[in-house]
Amino acid sequence: MAETKRIPILETKKLGITFGGLVAVSDFNIQIYPGELVGLIGPNGAGKTTVFNLLTGVYKPTEGSVLLNGEVLNGKKTHQFVNAGIARTFQNIRLFRQMTVLENVLAAFTKDISYNMFDALFRTPKFWKTEKALHEKALDLLSIFHLEDKADSIASSLPYGQQRKLEITRALATNMKLLLLDEPAAGMNPTETAELLECINSIRNRFGIAILLIEHDMSLVMNICERIQVIDYGVTIAEGLPEEIAKNPKVIAAYLGE
Amino acid sequence: MIKNRTAQGYLLNTLVIAALIVGFAILKNTFGKAGDFKLIFAPSIWQCCYLIILAASLNLTLGFLGQLSLGHCGFMAIGAYAAALLSLAAERAGIYEDKKGAAFILVLTGCILIAGILAAIVGLLVGVPALRLKGDYLAIITLGFGMIIVNIINNLPFAGQEGLALGSASSSLYKNGLGFGTTLKVTYIWVAIAVTLISLAMMFMFVRSKYGRAIRAIRDDEIAASASGINTSYYKVFTFAYSAFFAGVAGALYACANATLSTSSFAFANGGILNSTFVVVMVVLGGMGSLTGSVVAALIMFFVNYQIKNGVWVRALPVWLQNVFNFPMLVYAVILIIVIMFRPKGIFGTYELSLRNFISDIKHSRQLQLEQKQAKEEVRSNG
Ligand SMILES: Nc1ncnc2c1ncn2[C@@H]1O[C@H](COP(=O)(O)OP(=O)(O)OP(=O)(O)O)[C@@H](O)[C@H]1O
Ligand SMILES: [Mg+2]
Repeated sequence: MAETKRIPILETKKLGITFGGLVAVSDFNIQIYPGELVGLIGPNGAGKTTVFNLLTGVYKPTEGSVLLNGEVLNGKKTHQFVNAGIARTFQNIRLFRQMTVLENVLAAFTKDISYNMFDALFRTPKFWKTEKALHEKALDLLSIFHLEDKADSIASSLPYGQQRKLEITRALATNMKLLLLDEPAAGMNPTETAELLECINSIRNRFGIAILLIEHDMSLVMNICERIQVIDYGVTIAEGLPEEIAKNPKVIAAYLGE
Repeated sequence: MIKNRTAQGYLLNTLVIAALIVGFAILKNTFGKAGDFKLIFAPSIWQCCYLIILAASLNLTLGFLGQLSLGHCGFMAIGAYAAALLSLAAERAGIYEDKKGAAFILVLTGCILIAGILAAIVGLLVGVPALRLKGDYLAIITLGFGMIIVNIINNLPFAGQEGLALGSASSSLYKNGLGFGTTLKVTYIWVAIAVTLISLAMMFMFVRSKYGRAIRAIRDDEIAASASGINTSYYKVFTFAYSAFFAGVAGALYACANATLSTSSFAFANGGILNSTFVVVMVVLGGMGSLTGSVVAALIMFFVNYQIKNGVWVRALPVWLQNVFNFPMLVYAVILIIVIMFRPKGIFGTYELSLRNFISDIKHSRQLQLEQKQAKEEVRSNG
């Protein structure tokens, strides 16, 4: 690995947010390099989801900045973060519930579709070509999680595990460089979790993307993440390799309670 | 494969529409001069046409985008006045003498188009600030904008409270400008039908493209939509303006179908058929997210309204009930409550009636019902 001058895709500098008097996250610094799988852990209410919301423009930081490929994203809107290359899933699944599985994925292509109102109204060859190509691309993405048979089902009718997978597929459709997964294995049984991890790894290899993963299950994070950052009460208390984290007294104290 | 089935669908729809037009032409030629056709049937078709456009266009905002807008009739008023005033101006400028011939048809189509465009521009101006709000707040602010629009028209020296009947612009629309009398309503009935078909087609194409997908995504979950890269404010404002465009077109048809225009007919709540509540009832009844549902609901509501006002059976009812019928708003409100209680998704839900899939869809829903029944029975026998 060429250690010289690797540029991180994502970098945050002293990122922080305060809600009224509550400091939810402060002085949060992280660098994520292309192709990396980084874990973000911490006890309940530590501020993990808030970090994701800051990284996707859902919340505006009260201090610090987010840089993607060296470009400052402060003050941009969520869809502009996505355009820049950050996609995410949500802790409490957010699908387009009344739309079909296929449409959920197609909707995420919207920003890359170049036909305009004229093409749509007159069904020009360009319209058909684009729609057909995207249709195939969507089915292809759905096949990663074996959802292609469900393409025409309504999203809310899927079982829980498949809804999680669909949400990840939809995030993949945005053509991102960094994927943020907020507790993707929550509510899954051990077999489902193992299967999910396999898929996450295959996605990483296939698309060459970086992943930032929030997870409650310590053993899971220890297994797959290359680096881990731990936060508690919005403050980073440790960062490093999984083995280092497992031994860190501060982390143990935070998890077991002082 | 997809394209083939789509082509089949288009072909089928075109054939059916062509058959309807031919059938209608025969009907018109046979009965066109008959009193009933001229006095009841033709005006009813005009009214149905603008109600269909109105309901379907509001469905874009309410059903597909999921934003409650209560000012839709304001945009319709803009369309109606724009078309009427323009046609008056064209007549005074001597572009056409009487209401026939190529020049008049040109003015007519021009008026309808410009009415839509003007309404869309105002829709854009209202949408940009209003759509920052959500839910009840949006409903209130659009209600306010609707009233403001009507009031502004009211205070225009050439439009006025009395409208274009007695205002300084014209003695009567009936004689000048677009207003069609009974005979002309029969002659130009194809205009109403063609405009309605084209408008519906335009809305269908919109809904079945990236635009439709984007706005339904916004309706289902706005945060997830923007996290999927959809520029939510752009698509919201665009849809709002697009929907206002068709409200304006509906307004132009309204101007054609009426001898007079008066702002009071576009107020939020009036005794008549043209108010924003009535339009909302049509959309909810038909199903939020189903354009074909809106078409059916517009026809039903037209029929209800017509029967309340003209039905022979009404006179057989007890007097107190007849008195209730003097306040049609009450009846619409009751209909709305009944729909929400017993079929909250409306008649069609989000289902689109399609000629091509009609039979297979019915089979499918039968099967679903059977399966549900079986599942229920299984639960019962297990419990
Ligand atoms: N919009 C908000 N307004 C006020 N406080 C907030 C807001 N969002 C988050 N917080 C607070 O910030 C803190 C961190 O919340 P966050 O959801 O980020 O925790 P988390 O680490 O994701 O926890 P969990 O493991 O339960 O998901 C909590 O105390 C929460 O109440
Ligand atoms: Mg969380």
